[in-house]
Amino acid sequence: MSEITEPSAAGGFDDARDATPAAGLDWGALWQLLRLGLIGFGVLAVILWLLAQWNEGGAGNAVDAATGTVTLTLSQEPPQMDSTRGTDQVSFRILGHVMEGLLRYDANNRLVGGVADRWEGTEMQWTFHLREEARWHTGEPITAHDFVFAWRKVVDPANASQYAFIMFGIENAEAINAGDMPLESLGVRAIDERTLEVRLARPVPYFGKLTAFATYNPINEAFYESRGGRYAADAEDMLYNGPFVISSWVHGASLRLEKNPNYWDAGRIKLNAIDHAYITTDTNAVLNLFKDGKVALTSLNAENLDDALQQRWRINRFADGSVYFMELNHAPDRLTSNYHLRKALQAVNDPAELVYKVIKLPGNLPGRSLFPVWLKGVNGYFRQEYPAPEQVPDEALGRRHLAQALDELGLDEPPTLVMLTGDSPSANKQSEYYQNLFKQKLGIDIKIDRQIFKQRLAKMTAGDFDIVMAGWGPDYDDPMTFGDLFASWNENNRGRYVNPALDEAVEIARSSSDARTRMEAFARVQEIIREDAVILVNYELGSVYVANPRVKGLVRRAVGTDPDYTNAWIEEA
Amino acid sequence: MLAYTIKRLLQGVITVWFIATATFFGMHAVPGDPLAADKEVPPEIWANLQARYGLDKPVPEQYVIYLGNMLKGDFGISYTQQNREVNDIIAEHFKVSATLGILAIVFAAFGGILWGALTALYRNRAPDIVIVFLVILGISVPSFVFAALGQLGVVNINNALGFTLFPVAGWGTVQHMIVPSMVLGLGTMAFLTRLMRSSMLEIANSDFIRTARSKGLPATRVFRKHQLRNAILPVVTVLGPSIAAITTGGFVVEMVFAIPGLGRYFVQAVQQLDYTVIMGTTVFYGAFLVFMVILVDLVYGLIDPRVRLE
Repeated sequence: MSEITEPSAAGGFDDARDATPAAGLDWGALWQLLRLGLIGFGVLAVILWLLAQWNEGGAGNAVDAATGTVTLTLSQEPPQMDSTRGTDQVSFRILGHVMEGLLRYDANNRLVGGVADRWEGTEMQWTFHLREEARWHTGEPITAHDFVFAWRKVVDPANASQYAFIMFGIENAEAINAGDMPLESLGVRAIDERTLEVRLARPVPYFGKLTAFATYNPINEAFYESRGGRYAADAEDMLYNGPFVISSWVHGASLRLEKNPNYWDAGRIKLNAIDHAYITTDTNAVLNLFKDGKVALTSLNAENLDDALQQRWRINRFADGSVYFMELNHAPDRLTSNYHLRKALQAVNDPAELVYKVIKLPGNLPGRSLFPVWLKGVNGYFRQEYPAPEQVPDEALGRRHLAQALDELGLDEPPTLVMLTGDSPSANKQSEYYQNLFKQKLGIDIKIDRQIFKQRLAKMTAGDFDIVMAGWGPDYDDPMTFGDLFASWNENNRGRYVNPALDEAVEIARSSSDARTRMEAFARVQEIIREDAVILVNYELGSVYVANPRVKGLVRRAVGTDPDYTNAWIEEA
Repeated sequence: MLAYTIKRLLQGVITVWFIATATFFGMHAVPGDPLAADKEVPPEIWANLQARYGLDKPVPEQYVIYLGNMLKGDFGISYTQQNREVNDIIAEHFKVSATLGILAIVFAAFGGILWGALTALYRNRAPDIVIVFLVILGISVPSFVFAALGQLGVVNINNALGFTLFPVAGWGTVQHMIVPSMVLGLGTMAFLTRLMRSSMLEIANSDFIRTARSKGLPATRVFRKHQLRNAILPVVTVLGPSIAAITTGGFVVEMVFAIPGLGRYFVQAVQQLDYTVIMGTTVFYGAFLVFMVILVDLVYGLIDPRVRLE
């Protein structure tokens, strides 16, 4: 579409028009255009109306006291609502509202009865007594068989559950999952309709806490089979036993929860509905919705924190529970398998600078240990009973270690190391900070290998890195959820660290039911990881968010359903 | 005409097959495993997962199985939305993308024709200069900027008014559709405005306009019956490909306005290596684009008999 050439001399008429258009043409043509515009508007209106018939939706305000409804967002559609196969936070968050296990966490994070009202455990055996009033949302009673069926499903090799490992404390679970034993040999049985007996493979002092985990939820066998492989695919493809039920689920668009009248403790639940009316990963969109009074909560990140501060909102923070660190590759053919090179990197690492000058988001804690501060120890908190020293940078020490490392490795100058990292803005910022830090303090060149999620995982699994920016989130409320991470047999030990002393400490913590013995073993793990520079701990993640001030009783937690609205209510305006 | 149509359709089928094949092998050449998750799983569970998705077979065999299923219209089950069939995902989300796309194209077409005609009318004078400047802005600024600005604008307008004139995000009602479709259509509207402007100016200098004027037709009639009508033709020609481009290119707008469209799946599937969704959406969109182009060719032949179909 080229610009047309100027009219020729012969086109005198046009020349004249261009210079001084006739007034009649001007207004007439404008009128024509206006008419065209009106037609366009009309067509648009008709099409809008037609299309509106074709789509459905619409949402209310952030809080509606009259109907007891809270409106929220989800970062994504729940990928897997089948509790035996779910692995992700969004699915677990919804499951935490619509399902209930044998035990659950209350508003003060204490473990209390869920479907079970009484339970007793010895070292190798636990018995749960189901409460008589526990019902599915259809009104049918929940029986011990529902648990036996679901738990067998979890360890069934054909089901290929990625969370099967969380059942491995139960007798024969590991062998069944490997396909070596029949499903029926799982150490769980229904003594009668309302009594469940669990035999363990080894002492699991925290087994009660595990039963609050979504993977341990009950599933009704007859219902499961009746869905013909579509269990949990849609709202009507599930039986609910939690405080809420999914009343409508428009995939990718919205997911609405409504109070479950058949929940045994329905009197405790004050909200009538939780409407997840928007599904988007765009944090700015969520912030805008919050500003507009359409959603009751928005998380903040480094990009939109300033905006939130300007609004003078009350900023809340809580420990997310996860720990972020640089995992070093210990494979013998890697330079990072050299003790002094690792110690050199560790010596110049400055988690405080990272947290306060680079990440600059309130709520994060400079990392000291693989074990985060909120884990419980013998009586109080683990980190109070077994403190980890602060990581203070020491350049001179780093250079001494580096000199020794170069000597041992037979190198003339500091090497180049590959740092594998994700592709998010914060991962960029952090990896570039470390690239600069290691170059300045040690003269070590860092080659940043930036990869999208699946490729990064593939490279981590293949051990294709010297340093990888990694993190670990807890599954259950016991130091073991972090403690066995760098045991030689752990699949998630991507740096392939092997140390019999660490393995032994983990084994002691695994096989003992004495709290002090276990915590001392974890303290040894903590010390080995620091002393041998297995990983370089960066920070403990904190989350920052703003919530509608009229929503009360919201519970945020590191382990379990988060955010938890089951105890929430709306304050009258 | 019939032979031509059949020939074009056959070519279309081959094109779609080629798209499917290239995508399939390209996708498998990308490093990474679609089943990889944050937590590593024991080898036995891994093997079971692979078997469930048929990834334990060699790639050529997977390809044959895949083509067979595709012919039956079965795109399989998503890797990330593990309980949903790709067919369902396309069916549920394409209608949203299509809604957004149709609105955007209507908006862009009428806007483009109006502004284009206006600039031609006021050639080299103030309205022309202002609109052409805005057009250049519209073509060069990426849509995520417009989307973010548009949303912020809506928030500010709502705050100033004290009630919700337009929803900030979400989908379902007419109000939800207006702002996102305008944002999505903006780039195309700018492009069409330019096209319309040059088309109008070209026709203004043609012989039949001069003839019409010299035989004494009122200026208004010349403008409407002769200039505008003829100038619209090239705009209509590019509408077909534009519809496909807009419908498939709404990813950013869908993200910002939390719209449950297919564009989101199209892009995220690649990031997450969701094999079945990558194949399903690519083949679907490919077929859609091919079909639109064929349709425009055929319709163009009907509208303008000078175009020979052979």
